[in-house]
Amino acid sequence: MLSSAFSEEHHDSDSSLHSTFASRYVQASLPKFRMPDREISKEAAYQIINDELMLDGNPRLNLASFVTTWMEPEVDKLILQSLNKNYIDMDEYPVTTELQDRCVNMIARLFHAPLSDGEQAIGAGTVGSSEAIMLAGLAFKRKWQNKRKSEGKPYDKPNIVTGANVQVCWEKFARYFEVELKDVKLREGYYVLDPEKAVELVDENTICVCAILGSTYNGEFEDVKRLNELLQEKNKETGWDTPIHVDAASGGFIAPFLYPDLEWDFRLSCVRSINVSGHKYGLVYAGVGWVVWKSKSDLPEELIFHVNYLGSDQPTFTLNFSKGASQIIAQYYQFIRLGFEGYKSIMENCRMNAKVLCDGIRDTGRFEILSKDVGVPVVAFSLKDRTKHDEYEIADNLRRYGWIVPAYTMAPDAEHISLLRVVIREDFSCTLAQRLVNDIRKVLEYLDARPPKLVEAVTEAITQAEPDMKGDVVPSSIKLSAVIRDVVLAKKLSKRMNSFKTNGVC
Amino acid sequence: MPLSTASEKIHGFSENLHSTFASRYVQTSLPRFSMPANEISKEAAYQIISDELMLDGNPRLNLASFVTTWMEPECDKLICESLNKNYIDMDEYPVTTELQDRCVNMIARLFNAPLRDGESAFGVGTVGSSEAIMLAGLAFKRKWQNKCKSEGRPFDKPNIVTGANVQVCWEKFARYFEVELKDVKLRDGYYIMDPEKAVDLVDENTICVCAILGSTYNGEFEDVQKLNELLEEKNKKTGWDTPIHVDAASGGFLAPFLYPELEWDFRLSCVRSINVSGHKYGLVYPGIGWVIWKSKQDLPEELIFHVNYLGSDQPTFTLNFSKGAGQIIAQYYQFIRLGFEGYKSIMENCRENARILRDEILKTGRFDILSKDMGVPLVAFSLKDKSQHDEYEIADHLRRYGWIVPAYTMAPDAQHVSLLRVVVREDFSRTLAERLVRDVRKVLLYLDARPPKSIEHPHTAVASVNEQPKPSRNSDRDHLRALSVFDKTLNSVRAFKVWKKNALHKTNGVC
Repeated sequence: MLSSAFSEEHHDSDSSLHSTFASRYVQASLPKFRMPDREISKEAAYQIINDELMLDGNPRLNLASFVTTWMEPEVDKLILQSLNKNYIDMDEYPVTTELQDRCVNMIARLFHAPLSDGEQAIGAGTVGSSEAIMLAGLAFKRKWQNKRKSEGKPYDKPNIVTGANVQVCWEKFARYFEVELKDVKLREGYYVLDPEKAVELVDENTICVCAILGSTYNGEFEDVKRLNELLQEKNKETGWDTPIHVDAASGGFIAPFLYPDLEWDFRLSCVRSINVSGHKYGLVYAGVGWVVWKSKSDLPEELIFHVNYLGSDQPTFTLNFSKGASQIIAQYYQFIRLGFEGYKSIMENCRMNAKVLCDGIRDTGRFEILSKDVGVPVVAFSLKDRTKHDEYEIADNLRRYGWIVPAYTMAPDAEHISLLRVVIREDFSCTLAQRLVNDIRKVLEYLDARPPKLVEAVTEAITQAEPDMKGDVVPSSIKLSAVIRDVVLAKKLSKRMNSFKTNGVC
Repeated sequence: MPLSTASEKIHGFSENLHSTFASRYVQTSLPRFSMPANEISKEAAYQIISDELMLDGNPRLNLASFVTTWMEPECDKLICESLNKNYIDMDEYPVTTELQDRCVNMIARLFNAPLRDGESAFGVGTVGSSEAIMLAGLAFKRKWQNKCKSEGRPFDKPNIVTGANVQVCWEKFARYFEVELKDVKLRDGYYIMDPEKAVDLVDENTICVCAILGSTYNGEFEDVQKLNELLEEKNKKTGWDTPIHVDAASGGFLAPFLYPELEWDFRLSCVRSINVSGHKYGLVYPGIGWVIWKSKQDLPEELIFHVNYLGSDQPTFTLNFSKGAGQIIAQYYQFIRLGFEGYKSIMENCRENARILRDEILKTGRFDILSKDMGVPLVAFSLKDKSQHDEYEIADHLRRYGWIVPAYTMAPDAQHVSLLRVVVREDFSRTLAERLVRDVRKVLLYLDARPPKSIEHPHTAVASVNEQPKPSRNSDRDHLRALSVFDKTLNSVRAFKVWKKNALHKTNGVC
């Protein structure tokens, strides 16, 4: 009795002294469905979660995403210090609020908003381009509704005109805010919005036309200037005054630095609002986007909520309320740390590295390049010969080397085109680019040595059905044509699922 | 010439050797309207921004907010390590995605969702309760529209029924998603939604009734059980099947630990969805909320987007897309670090500290307590005698000691009641509570010694106009001038009071 009681106590008191991996905490698996009853030590909690997270992909090798994956240690310090600041408490954190206003002003002027010196721009910081787009869309919808009401016309069937290559958040906007989405289909060789077709689709119920500066499919800039010309003409004829919104999620922080003469922003008369992701080429971690309007009249007053801020009025227009202040501070840091010249240097580096990668891939002789020179620094490429292996296999095999390179199909009506896409971010150096090309070559060699996927899949299916099969003779009990048909069908289904725009890759 | 060029060069080199405050960077003010043309060093950028941010309030002394302001260093470490993870990349970060699913399951079971062992719950992580509420509202709206369409009824005038004490995000939802907001007015002494009046307002166009577990005004829990009974009856009579949504932004992580017998969640038949803020009593930094649905049919399929995730289908329903993964991981950390007993201990501490604060404030003899014992651990109090000074002045003066305590008026129809509110969070210890009360007493002493605001202001205004009062032959004219200034100031004080009451009306961002 005595000894057992003593040893139990001894064991329990020792458990807090045990090093994490010696303790009892790693004996039980982490709870998945129900909150555990007991506490555990913070060291154990940290270690266990940290270990499980090791199996996540490495963000910096994630070549699928435009979203920033590296920032200077000084910013990390600033972010850590502001984790506990709730951005919406404008009264308590007036400096943070002012930093947001400064960012809005800088971005508005970067986009040539018609503002006088010292005039406050109209815009908002958001959690990302999704929220930014919803706010912009909401403003257009309400403005259009008010106009129709004043003209005594029906306002129950609003629609927007976009290319079929829009990012999924436009479909979300359309579905959640009950607006019809009229999309211009793509075609082989032309993977962006066709301005003529777009303007044709515009009718009296169109609340806006959306052009993308930096299509997610191949990085191309849409011809906003041409769209503006055609829309201006149509507006003159019809008197509808349909505006343009530019989704510059990626391109907004590239075009002003690399292509300053390209007219795509508020310099064009029909462009009334623009959104840009701070967390893409704004060079901030995930969680910040911006939307700016050309002028006060583009943002209907009834959508704005007024907050009492230090005794004066602070108008706000956001979907989210409480959120962290860190990314806003990080964005401002980048603006003053880098300035115009810093951003320009970084974008030029990205463009150069994209070229290095592009040339390296072209030199393999096996790929066609689908991305353009003018656009987001992205290399989109597809196999010249898809009969034996396709891009999905290349993507799968590249993962073994640690690279995450997405494979997907183009939007309708070009879904027969499948491609791979590598996004060149700030932290993708020339060395990494060369390494990637080497690994692609290795993957190609590996695949060349194997039979086509279809043959492999059929063989596998047959072997599963007849595990005792000997030699190469297919037993008569198996209908080869049926097996092939089933395998092809399964392949087609998985491809369709892969390609559906709702693939979250953004 | 060459010599001076050389010295320029030397000067240029030494630029980078200067300590930050010796360098040229602190000579010019930071740009505010236009992006600067040149780069500056990262040390300078850090220092300048950090210095300016010193003038923000101290988050931990911000007693206005329910939102968490302290987490363990281990958690900070986890968050830092995941700053560069984009949560929506499910394919690339499958573990992070799974952590979110685990959190949803845990919260759903905490709210007694009818789930079998191992069954996956229906819910999603959001950026905060605002997004959560919009998703829940959208689900109700679409469900109701589909029902109307199938019955051949008009579906163009949806409405929701809430109390006038709802948080501003319900008004946002109503305004942005074109739903009418029918609110039950408050009255003196009853500062939450009255279940009977609420059910009275329900009609065939009502998409849901929203009850708050933890009103932001005074922390009180609304009587969801009573609401459920009355609504059940009405639904039986009318056949409308109107559901309840519980806005448990604050209360959702309190009631299960402090008041487990209180029936407010999925145990009640009409409750179909619940939202809770992870960043309030979920004890995570700002930027995370959760919404849970009772079952699959409460979430219309057409609202769900399907993402191809590791070759299998992952349904998603969110407004935001890309965002940081830090807070999701932090929420899971808290769940396994604290477990049920840890959360319970923390909430009990909060309740105890709130009780102590309340008792000390009562002891001053100058305040009425408007918060209840059962509810969110906060103390809402108002002056018994408002004739000389009001709560806004107390709030202003407390700032001088570093405390941020908000003063505001109740929602209609109780706008004549003004009050102060102190939220007791995890990191508000008893020592801080006692210190706060001492400072409140000091402020009261200070104000007692001064004339009322309505006299002070005109005097200040008059004094600033007549800086050097001289004996004047035209004393009448001076007297008249002083009077007119007096009137103007008094009117502006009145106007300011009216404006303040209006401006503070619900759109005060304090949440």
